[in-house]
Amino acid sequence: MATQTAPATSADAFYKQLGRMYGTYTGGFISFIVLLAILEQLGTPNRVLGYLFVFFTLAVYAIIGVMTRTAQISEYYVAGRRVPAFYNGMATGADWMSAASFVGMAGSLFLLGYDGLAWVLGWTGGFVLVSILVGPYLRKFGAYTVPDFMSFRYGGNFARFLAVIVLVCCSFTYVTAQIYGTGIIASRFLGMQFEIAVFVGLVGILLCAMLGGMRAVTWTQIAQYIVLIIAYLVPIVILSTQHYGIPIPELTYGRAIAEITAREQQLVKDGLAVLCTQQACPPGTLRPHLQPFMNYTPLNFFGIIFCMMVGTASLPHILMRYFTTPSVKEARDSVAWSLLFIFLLYFSAPAYAAFSKLEVYTNIIGRDLNTIRPWLFQWGELGLIQICGKNAVNLQAVLDACKGIANHPGVLRFQDFVINTDVIVLSTPEIAGLPYVISGLVAAGGLAAALSTADGLLLAIANALSHDVYYKMIDPNAPTIRRLTVARVLLFFVAVASAALAATKPSDILAMVGWAFSLAMAGNFPALVLGIWWKRTTTQAAIAGMMAGWGICLFYLITSRYFPQAGINYFGMSSLLNPETRQPLVNVAQILADPKWAADVPASAANPLANRVGWFDLNNINCGLLGMPLGFLVMIVVSHFTPEPSKEMQALVDEIRKPRGKTVLEEKT
Amino acid sequence: MAQPDSPANQEAHWKKTTNLMLTHLGIWFFFGYIVHMFVKPLNTIIIPILGFPLGFYMAAQGSLIVFVAQLFIFAKQQNKIDREFGYAEED
Repeated sequence: MATQTAPATSADAFYKQLGRMYGTYTGGFISFIVLLAILEQLGTPNRVLGYLFVFFTLAVYAIIGVMTRTAQISEYYVAGRRVPAFYNGMATGADWMSAASFVGMAGSLFLLGYDGLAWVLGWTGGFVLVSILVGPYLRKFGAYTVPDFMSFRYGGNFARFLAVIVLVCCSFTYVTAQIYGTGIIASRFLGMQFEIAVFVGLVGILLCAMLGGMRAVTWTQIAQYIVLIIAYLVPIVILSTQHYGIPIPELTYGRAIAEITAREQQLVKDGLAVLCTQQACPPGTLRPHLQPFMNYTPLNFFGIIFCMMVGTASLPHILMRYFTTPSVKEARDSVAWSLLFIFLLYFSAPAYAAFSKLEVYTNIIGRDLNTIRPWLFQWGELGLIQICGKNAVNLQAVLDACKGIANHPGVLRFQDFVINTDVIVLSTPEIAGLPYVISGLVAAGGLAAALSTADGLLLAIANALSHDVYYKMIDPNAPTIRRLTVARVLLFFVAVASAALAATKPSDILAMVGWAFSLAMAGNFPALVLGIWWKRTTTQAAIAGMMAGWGICLFYLITSRYFPQAGINYFGMSSLLNPETRQPLVNVAQILADPKWAADVPASAANPLANRVGWFDLNNINCGLLGMPLGFLVMIVVSHFTPEPSKEMQALVDEIRKPRGKTVLEEKT
Repeated sequence: MAQPDSPANQEAHWKKTTNLMLTHLGIWFFFGYIVHMFVKPLNTIIIPILGFPLGFYMAAQGSLIVFVAQLFIFAKQQNKIDREFGYAEED
């Protein structure tokens, strides 16, 4: 195999050059922010600043994408396997942190308090599993895609086909959520129409991923990581310095939390909020920020942690990032760097939530309606903040809306105030009274997060279709040029299809992302782990296990979301419970008796049963909790009843376990 | 040292690797789950100066810091094992 095993000296030079390049780039980006800040002082309108931010960053990504385009197979699929651990870590960070992390996470923490930390834990701890169980072994194996491994280990194209289905299914769910996020950010900051914004974001994604495959995506993702982490940390660092005089928000928000708790008690005492208790906990009651298990039952709380963690170690677009390192050792180092870079954002997210909540609890709720802080009206205009049941467009609208409520005290109560979770990160610059340039920076960061994840996902899908389906299953003699052309054409169609789906606003990004994790976990994890760690795993067992585990997860998900009536009538599902009162969330009998809902098949998003029924009080985000154990069980049992894998196969598994030597799978280049 | 490709050497290498895997899986499970089962009693402890209740802190930062540190340490330990048995890559 003609690999570029460059001598150590030239690898060092490559590495040094990278440092200089990205150092210059970071400096350039900071100068650009300063330049825009000066322009703002000179009176440039906000809208122009927003456009400059978005188009400048998009142009930079596109230029990197075009400059690093490639027509070489191994460059296209695995970036030539020479991305140093540190940089691959950064690229993985950008690949990993999506619009849901950047924009949505802090908002969920704001709403859910302690329970929201299940997502933070789940989306970090999974990398431990990637490193110790899966990633480095797949690197040694030398695959281009995850289905490559499945096919090789489990006797050919049927296993490959199953793995492709799992991959396409979870990546497509995930990418739709990203493109949706791109649309939201672009429409909010540029005032574009949502549907147009979605397609503008798409152009940026395609320019990087189509021309240069993994190689271009890698170098763009590093650039995007730098933008997104600066954008995420700057506003919160400034806010922390303003409030507490220390520029490390992760240390200072402990005091904000103490203030929130005191404020919560005050609000309840003043009759401005009703506490959620074990006796009654309807929507609109206050759930203390620090109190655990008020939004998720312990089962669902730990279920989310587990599913997100195991899902991390099963998601193809993450695993394939570790195919690009020069060695197995670097793959391992790279996982550690990845988590460090991801950690920087995730351990700051709760600070965003705490500072925003303190602002809301002190300067909005409990205030005389006439003295509400004006920053919120801009979001009210977009329909993202409602007061007294109406969009908080301006002060007069708020006063009128509250006047319509009987016995309203004229002071804003907890239950009067509804905020969309996306606002938390996006509005922090305004809460802190920062110039608009910081808001533009945040928008650019959110866009970088959404685009980089979408790039990685689309590439994973297109690679599986072109490499696994077209090259390996349909035409094994296809010449290089044709394989790459097929990859690019497919990438284009997959991207357009997901943009079209995103433009219909399928709603709830967090749930969609959660489904993708559970599906990946149920379909891939047992087969990957046993394939490496248990030589006795047989082909028949793996195939049966994948189908059983993934099947039950998909069934649970689809039934509880789209066919809850059938779930109740035929499959013994019942209403999920309120975590605090332990009472059913919905009155199943009453809703089924209502002809309107009984005939609502497949269930619409407005159907009160949708997502609210299940087995064992298990939220459908956690369907992997059913699928993965079943997958393991089936694989172990069936393996015992089928003949042991061949000696050659067992020897190859031994090879995967040793970092030294050539990759097991050798590709024609 | 035994011959790198002898079955005995291979087995010893894998046994040590497996033990390391189980150790780290244990740490991961403790900081991913067990600690958080005791969030309520831990919340009665307030970290001095910073003001975080300990149970909340562990989920928001403590466990995350452990995961990051753990991964760097794991990479080092596994490399050492690979070198010990002659399976490290020459680079």
